[in-house]
Amino acid sequence: MSTRIAARTIALGYLALLIALPVGLVVWRTFEHGLAPVWTTMTQPDALHAFWLTVMIVLITVPLNTLFGVLCALALVRHHFPGKSILNAIIDLPVAISPVVVGLALFIVYGRRGWFGDWLLAHGMRVLFAVPGMILATIFVSLPFVVREVVPVLREIGTEQEQAAQTLGATPLQIFWRVTLPSIRAGVTYGVVLTTARALGEFGAVSIVSGRLSGQTETLTLYVQERFEQFDLTGAYTASLVLALLALATVVGMNAFKSKGAV
Amino acid sequence: MAIAVHHISKRFGGFTALDDVSLDVPAGSLTALLGPSGSGKSTLLRVIAGLEQPDTGEVLILEEPATRLAPQQRGVGFVFQHYAAFKHMTVWENVAFGLKIRKRPKQEIRERVQHLLALVQLQGMAERYPAQLSGGQRQRMALARALAVEPKVLLLDEPFGALDARVREELRAWLRRLHDEVQVTTILVTHDQEEAMEVADTIVVMNQGRIEQTGTPRDLYEHPANPFVMGFIGQVNKFGESFIRPHDVVIHPRYDGALEEATIERLLYLGFEVRVDLVLADGQRLWAQVTREEAERLELQQGQRVGLDLSRRRGFVMVNDLRPPAAGPVWDADHSAAGRGLA
Repeated sequence: MSTRIAARTIALGYLALLIALPVGLVVWRTFEHGLAPVWTTMTQPDALHAFWLTVMIVLITVPLNTLFGVLCALALVRHHFPGKSILNAIIDLPVAISPVVVGLALFIVYGRRGWFGDWLLAHGMRVLFAVPGMILATIFVSLPFVVREVVPVLREIGTEQEQAAQTLGATPLQIFWRVTLPSIRAGVTYGVVLTTARALGEFGAVSIVSGRLSGQTETLTLYVQERFEQFDLTGAYTASLVLALLALATVVGMNAFKSKGAV
Repeated sequence: MAIAVHHISKRFGGFTALDDVSLDVPAGSLTALLGPSGSGKSTLLRVIAGLEQPDTGEVLILEEPATRLAPQQRGVGFVFQHYAAFKHMTVWENVAFGLKIRKRPKQEIRERVQHLLALVQLQGMAERYPAQLSGGQRQRMALARALAVEPKVLLLDEPFGALDARVREELRAWLRRLHDEVQVTTILVTHDQEEAMEVADTIVVMNQGRIEQTGTPRDLYEHPANPFVMGFIGQVNKFGESFIRPHDVVIHPRYDGALEEATIERLLYLGFEVRVDLVLADGQRLWAQVTREEAERLELQQGQRVGLDLSRRRGFVMVNDLRPPAAGPVWDADHSAAGRGLA
């Protein structure tokens, strides 16, 4: 009995000290001087721009990585093809490599004197110090999450349900929508949550490729850093809180989606 | 023929799953594919369903060539050993799946699903999810789901293999009644000879990717084509180069010259039957199956010396590569003159 209480106290204390306390402090510091300064900070053009840019990057990145993730997981689990083990290894690279390295790598490819940089620029496409580069960097760093969550679920459900659907006359597309996707929904959901969290919070890679131009290529994380450096603590705390709320909304929203339908 | 299979072969890497198999299944029959694991019976069923492509050979369903048809186009109902229930759908949605795919009118779907749920005795379960059903209920749901699309043939792959013995027995009897009611040509794969004997009109005994013998349960039991069939269908003792069923071993309380001499090693009372373990004078072991009454009449005792009449044993002539001969048994002790001169 007493060991159970001790274990519980340690677990909760650990969580409180390492997570609840800092997050709580952010909330407290944000509203230290009341609601008015928070509102003023958040409605500044640069802050609003950072907010909408972050949302846009997430809305482009997450669907793309979800689609790629599910297709890639299907390929890895259900098909045999040459180079499969190489693909399997490459998918994990983004989590293994530091985001700063990712940023630099994009620089080498798309920068001036880079592989495509000059050519793209000559055709009016700006990748670096612009939104396309930031999207590329975010896609890169958040690539593996859906694949890694879906692969074990696909392995576990096996192929019998799909074969049963086949004998009942379902086309491959019908099988995917009606049988495979609902069965892997929990895995996809968790993968989407992780991808979103990563895309929202990405700093290193985006920081390098964006050039950090206020009101142009500044996401919320970059904005927090910038406000902090300008000693605008209310601005930094407010933007942090907004980031945290966005993440929370994602978790809540995806949980609602996950629990739809039974067991 | 509802299903015809011509010269089907299938290899998985170095393993030959099916080796030039041909089979005809008459319309309306319930045929069992019986064999040990690895005999190719499940592969043959999956080839018929289109879930496996044969390397060579041809499949015909209702006289139509089906070898190159996708499973969706074959009109087969398939039931898997582990149910393959759609876990995220209710019982009702599972059964309605094939009808919804075919875009049948709502009213028709409702009536048909209701009828099928009644047929498989799951009326009150329509809103449950598979996880809330027992194994037997799940398998009945899977059967209803397969029957919903009115398949030309019904293929059951070890349907009761994952169930416990009592449920398995109930479902066997139920399946037999269902088949008499629905009358759809059915192939059942099983490794359980008792199940095959009890349920099927025709049994196809398979071994190492080939068909050993095809016949009615009684045929196979009474006239096995080779030692494999004899040993797989019913119990068997090996005696020298020949074989004898335990209930064909006749025990005489006293040994005399015309009989084999043996000692009773052990007596096992198994309810109605008594199992008698015997050791012959030369050390060979075999066992006899007698009724309780018989054991009492003969006053059998452990350690007792008895005489055995083994004249009902049978032998098979083997071709040198151990393949069974095409014809039936070469000699049949109980059909020859009392088995004289056979020792």
